[in-house]
Amino acid sequence: MKKSVFLGALTVAGIAAGAAAAGTLDDVKARGTLNCGVTTGLVGFAAPDANGEWEGFDVGVCRAVAAAVLGDGSAVEFVPTTGKTRFTALASGEIDMLARNTTWTFSRDVDLKFEFTGINYYDGQGFIVPKALGVSSAKELSGATICIQTGTTTELNLADYFRANNMDYEPVPIETNAEGQQQYLAGACDVYTTDRSGLAATRAAFENPGDHVILPETISKEPLGPLVRHGDNEWGDVVRWTLNALIAAEEYGVTSANIADMASAPGDKPEVNRLLGTEGNLGEMLGLDADWAVRAISVGGNYGELFEKNIGENTPIGLSRGLNAQWTDGGLLYSPPFR
Amino acid sequence: MSDTHQHSIAFVRDTMLPEAPPPAMETGIVKWMRENLFSGVSNSILTLAALAAVYYLLAGFLPWFLNGIWDAPSLRACREILQGDVGGCFAVLTERWNQLLFGFKYPSEEYWRPTLAFVLLFAAAAPIMFPNHVPRKLLIFSGLYPFLAYWLIWGGSILSPVFALLGFVTGYIVWNRLVKQSFAAGFFGAIIAALITWWIGGMIVEATVSDNTLLAAVPSRDMGGFMLNMILGTVCVSLSIPFGIALALGRQSDMPIIKWICVLFIEFIRGVPLITLLFVANVVLAYFLPPGTTFDLILRVIIMITMFASAYIAEVIRGGLAALPKGQYEAADSLGLDYPQAMRLIILPQALKISIPGIVNVAVGLFKDTTLVSVISMFDLVGMIRGPILASTEWNGVYWELLGFAALLFFVVCYGISQYSQWLERQLQTDHR
Repeated sequence: MKKSVFLGALTVAGIAAGAAAAGTLDDVKARGTLNCGVTTGLVGFAAPDANGEWEGFDVGVCRAVAAAVLGDGSAVEFVPTTGKTRFTALASGEIDMLARNTTWTFSRDVDLKFEFTGINYYDGQGFIVPKALGVSSAKELSGATICIQTGTTTELNLADYFRANNMDYEPVPIETNAEGQQQYLAGACDVYTTDRSGLAATRAAFENPGDHVILPETISKEPLGPLVRHGDNEWGDVVRWTLNALIAAEEYGVTSANIADMASAPGDKPEVNRLLGTEGNLGEMLGLDADWAVRAISVGGNYGELFEKNIGENTPIGLSRGLNAQWTDGGLLYSPPFR
Repeated sequence: MSDTHQHSIAFVRDTMLPEAPPPAMETGIVKWMRENLFSGVSNSILTLAALAAVYYLLAGFLPWFLNGIWDAPSLRACREILQGDVGGCFAVLTERWNQLLFGFKYPSEEYWRPTLAFVLLFAAAAPIMFPNHVPRKLLIFSGLYPFLAYWLIWGGSILSPVFALLGFVTGYIVWNRLVKQSFAAGFFGAIIAALITWWIGGMIVEATVSDNTLLAAVPSRDMGGFMLNMILGTVCVSLSIPFGIALALGRQSDMPIIKWICVLFIEFIRGVPLITLLFVANVVLAYFLPPGTTFDLILRVIIMITMFASAYIAEVIRGGLAALPKGQYEAADSLGLDYPQAMRLIILPQALKISIPGIVNVAVGLFKDTTLVSVISMFDLVGMIRGPILASTEWNGVYWELLGFAALLFFVVCYGISQYSQWLERQLQTDHR
């Protein structure tokens, strides 16, 4: 039985090897589902709910791409990846795109041969301290004991930051975020440091979240974004401009509530018309139809709606927009024009 | 002289004393406690210390457990109900029990299928585990069980397990025909016959593939939870024992090629951590296979874990073989038995009996090692807890309840295996000592 499966797999492999020469966009269309790599679970960004449906901020990007390409936001095969398996899964072609809060760095882009298609969340390393400690700035942390995950970039960032500010600290090495929460709550360290989105999620799980404050300093740049394989630029464009469409939609005030109205007939804003396909032929240039962006925005709303629904201030995680506000509101989100 | 004696004693009792109960200190619970708990100063101190430890453990555990909340939509709701009291939030178990047991993608209306397969597992294992207490005819069911269980859990066309079974049957028939001429002819003939059957069967299954099967097909990627641990544990343990025996015998063989293949295999696999083999199965194989291939991940993992466990079991059995006195081998030879007969009738029954504790040790360790698949993003019980459940906004922060539940499930299974092995040792005891 097992051998028959194996032989069957080999046969399928032979057929698939012939088909793989075509571009990823054609592969996805032919397959009818998008294989999207996500995390095995990160609060607010990707996790299955009680019914097994994937939810979260990164998941929203996958669904938008699937809706743009295939017309169905649920035509996604979510492939959970760990920090160790994510890049091989993408490089080997097991997944078409990776939306797994992955930091855009030089070596990942250049050396690992991936193409980051934009930034959907600007993260950065921060500190959480108990309110009782009476600290209001990271500059006052000299001499503190700090819980830190070993073997991560956060460890190096921390050392750099304290050296640059001429302070000393005592590290308490931990292995996982869960361990970090326990050690911090048990008082094994005064301070816990990791990405700010992670700190917010951690604090949300505390029994008394109000007793802990996240310090204002951000000591590193962690731009997170979806990525695809090097060398398939048509597919990279689809993912890049789907993300840009979500961001631009918020800027232009296109929401999942009013999009049906706005897309029914050309309005008086030319840029919105081009985005929604009532004017021009942007969709055709991408190899998609004219309604691609309408479908991408309808499935989960624009960038702001995705943010508010999954990680925004009304959710238990309660992240404020901060750097992730539109450029018109003082943030960094800036979609190139749809022209 | 006797008179003087009479007068020197003031009182002589001439009736028996009535029977009195033994002193309170020398009877019942008091005596037991004096003998077992407070027989000396140091023992008394140890007893008191142990009592204090038990008290502190229970004082911490019982309020947490008895005060636990079993019905709430999220951890925050639990805390609101508790209002700062001590209490576990077991609501996560009542809400997510199905995900913990079956993974989050197995269709819920099909849960009866793995459950039935699990119940039938006992019926299939009984004739092998209790050969003297169960009718031998049930062994036929044991032989059919792997195919039945595969069909129940994975569903899809019934033809694939049927052809898989047919492959073994034709292989066996060819083996029976050819083995009288020579062992090699029988061995390779059987393998070729089975492969041809599987190949033809595979084509027929592909040709007749349809969506309207009796049981809906569930892809391997949707397996998860404790079900995945049980699948990996049972399949790998039951496969690795025959492979382990073959490797152990091969290592003792006089034929140099076979001997060195076995030695290399065992030493290589034992020298590599299981987690490395799992990464190879998950990640590296994807580079060797053509792009777009989906060579079933569970199958890859089963192969790797089986290889790992067989290498360990081979060494355990080799220990059993080495413990047999040389006279046993010579006795078998002098009876005129050939090699398979000597092994089957004389050597292996004794060697395996000696190896039982070691084999059980490997089996229990292997079963717990199946949780390692969570690092290659398979959602077994621990993977479900660490990934999806702790990452949901509702249950982020519930550690003790979930991991305690996982520990309980594993304890039940492992304790069961260990109790069975002790029973088996008593059954097989011939008492030479």
